[in-house]
Amino acid sequence: MKYLSLIWAQLFRSKTRTALTLLSVVAAFLLFGMLDSVRVAFNSGGSVEGANRLVVASRLSITQSLPVNLLPQIQSIPGVRKVTYAMWFGGIYQDPKNFFPNFSVAPNFFDVYSEYEVPPEQLKAFQDTRTGAAVGEALAKKFGWKLGDTIPLQATIFPRGGSNDWPLQLKAIFRAKDRNNVGAENQLMMNWKYFDESNDYIKSQVSWYTVQLADASQASRVARAIDALSANSDHETKSQSESAFQQAFAKQFADIGLIVTSIMGAVFFTLLLLTGNTMAQAVRERVPELAVLKTLGFKDGTVLVLVMVESMLLVTLGGLVGLGLAAVIMPGVAAASGGMIALPKVPTQTWLVGLGLMLAIGVVVGLLPALRAKRLKIVDALAGR
Amino acid sequence: MNKQWLWNALSILALLVGLAIWIKLPWYGVLAVAVLLALWLLLTRSGRLALAAARIGIASLPQRWGASSVIVVGIAGVVGVLVAMLAMGEGFQATLNSTGDEVSTIVLRGGSQAETNSVVTRDQVPLVSALPGIAKGADGRPLVSPELSQVVNLPSKSDGTDVNAQFRGVGEQAWTVHDKIRITEGRKFKPGLREIVVGQGARGQFRGLDVGKTLRLGNQDWTVVGAFVSGDAHDSELWTDAETLGSTYNRSAYQSISVRNDGKAGVAAFKAAMAADPRLKLDVETTHDYYAKQGGGLNKLITILGTVIGAIMAIGAVFGALNTMYAAVAGRAREIATMRAIGFRGLPVVLAVMLETMLLALVGGVLGGLVAWAIFNGYSVSTLGNNFSQVVFQFKVSPELLWTGLKWALGIGLVGGLFPALRAARLPVTTALRDA
Repeated sequence: MKYLSLIWAQLFRSKTRTALTLLSVVAAFLLFGMLDSVRVAFNSGGSVEGANRLVVASRLSITQSLPVNLLPQIQSIPGVRKVTYAMWFGGIYQDPKNFFPNFSVAPNFFDVYSEYEVPPEQLKAFQDTRTGAAVGEALAKKFGWKLGDTIPLQATIFPRGGSNDWPLQLKAIFRAKDRNNVGAENQLMMNWKYFDESNDYIKSQVSWYTVQLADASQASRVARAIDALSANSDHETKSQSESAFQQAFAKQFADIGLIVTSIMGAVFFTLLLLTGNTMAQAVRERVPELAVLKTLGFKDGTVLVLVMVESMLLVTLGGLVGLGLAAVIMPGVAAASGGMIALPKVPTQTWLVGLGLMLAIGVVVGLLPALRAKRLKIVDALAGR
Repeated sequence: MNKQWLWNALSILALLVGLAIWIKLPWYGVLAVAVLLALWLLLTRSGRLALAAARIGIASLPQRWGASSVIVVGIAGVVGVLVAMLAMGEGFQATLNSTGDEVSTIVLRGGSQAETNSVVTRDQVPLVSALPGIAKGADGRPLVSPELSQVVNLPSKSDGTDVNAQFRGVGEQAWTVHDKIRITEGRKFKPGLREIVVGQGARGQFRGLDVGKTLRLGNQDWTVVGAFVSGDAHDSELWTDAETLGSTYNRSAYQSISVRNDGKAGVAAFKAAMAADPRLKLDVETTHDYYAKQGGGLNKLITILGTVIGAIMAIGAVFGALNTMYAAVAGRAREIATMRAIGFRGLPVVLAVMLETMLLALVGGVLGGLVAWAIFNGYSVSTLGNNFSQVVFQFKVSPELLWTGLKWALGIGLVGGLFPALRAARLPVTTALRDA
């Protein structure tokens, strides 16, 4: 610790070089922070509230629906606290490009999805109005909807009396309690009963059930019991935890893990070369100074440690700034876009992996120059040989 | 001191404007710039001086290979990642663009946008078949194929997790309506039997789809009797008879009708007749338009993502290049001062350093592009398409993308070389000669 000021002075001996190297490290870790957060968010899927929830969907495929009469049977399974259900609607507002998820839901939907906050009187109005709709705050803001407005939703799958028009009355606006999850506000819900009675094609069908468990540790037992209800029927179910369900869905878009790993591999390889070069240069320039240090009585080992710590300090300094930047930029962009671009914040896991990487890169980069500094012969170095 | 700050600020501004123009410049613009530069270098006195100075710098490159390789590898990394990302978007778009053509159409329920959402009832099929503008087969029957597609869960080849696949039931005329389909192994399915032919892409992505195998779908056993190749989005699908598929999944209605038309005039006549018939509330689109529309969003997303990631990496690489070139200039301070002392002016010195950096950047760009091409060109991946099912596509490293990569490389070289070059030109001759 007593050598810190010495190391600091060495580090900023050549200001331009250190500053430029630092900036490269910052860029690399900024990228790492952003990409790895996205990867973690993609792979973890689901909120804390979702940990004790199961999603029950058709085993055959995601587009296959289930009969609504499974509801009392699922409810009677021990370990099930609440059950709600929803049916995908797939409507569009004005233009297919204005995509947002929309579905019809059971009256108790917001009881189970407790991560959304709805004013009680609005919730009541939504449940009591046949043609009512509930939307997230971000979505309402995006299209300028106010309570009481009529939303002219257009069906793509389910016509109503031969026409695609489904005008809905906006009765409730919900907020995500976790402000990092503003992206979840881009949804619209309507009443399942109204949907079921009014659409031309299907009756008494739901896309999925959401089961709230009394105890999250019983998840696999309850899931097996639910799947057993419909075994060997034409509507077999597949129950899995909400996070597993979302992960499986997300994974079908792309193998984010592989993409992130390959990009970061290329970035860090370049970074190794770059900082390695800087450190080698730094030691080469300083040979006479290091020799003086040794003359003054610094041991070989101490000189080695000095150079190692310098290189680790260089990488860690830049890395922390980079990760910090990522932590600032991502919520900033998400906030500025009003929840349109949902970016996760930098999770603890990424910070830890990042720190590990900084130290590892620091060691690898510093090793050769440090060994060189250690092996310097005072006489040769002072003589410039 | 103030004057120097002003100059630096001005050069940064000029640099930004220059970079913006550079990235937008079409190939003939670049060619013109290159020719002008070459002419200037060869024909004018200061040009030849710059060339001579650059030659000295380049000759000493091998002595500094460690530092120089930082520029090459750094830029190669940027270009490689950029090209690979863009190639992914390009490949997806190319697959969808090559699906369908201008003389066949797809009929969907009005307003339904995608096949998954659409319903075409059985009584509408004969009405559609009777419309004008439809090509006739050898037996004189209209070339229409009423189709039904079902999303099914199949285990992926990579890790066995369930992914969505498109299971399509087609009509008797399907083999002539979709004229790009060729059976490569086995035979076509027989109508009425639970038999499947699988696309080449699906076979590569999902487990258990080899010819002769049986698999369980919708609680029934199906036999794979053949494999086909179409070179487009249909490659990701499993095909069977529409009637058999409908009875297995309890579906009485079709989802779409694929139609082969009598040339472009046929398409127009068909569309007009459809619009004129009050019994048919159906949308008609050429298959080319229908599939091309499905790719737009993803390709745009990947392009934006690739550019953002590339830009951050490029910034990192610029600092690396600056570092290396500053060191190079500092290391050759005496040499440069000597050149200045014997009469080399500022401009040739600046250009010499720039040329050296650009050369390194060019090598890096070529290297990065080649690596991306060698590893990723033709690499097969899949993603979730508009119909909630997997679309298999290949990375496509096109010459245009390599060209874009090279332009990025030279842009990074330009920024990384300019400031060290300016410093070289400003070196006070006397102090440099004394110090070094």
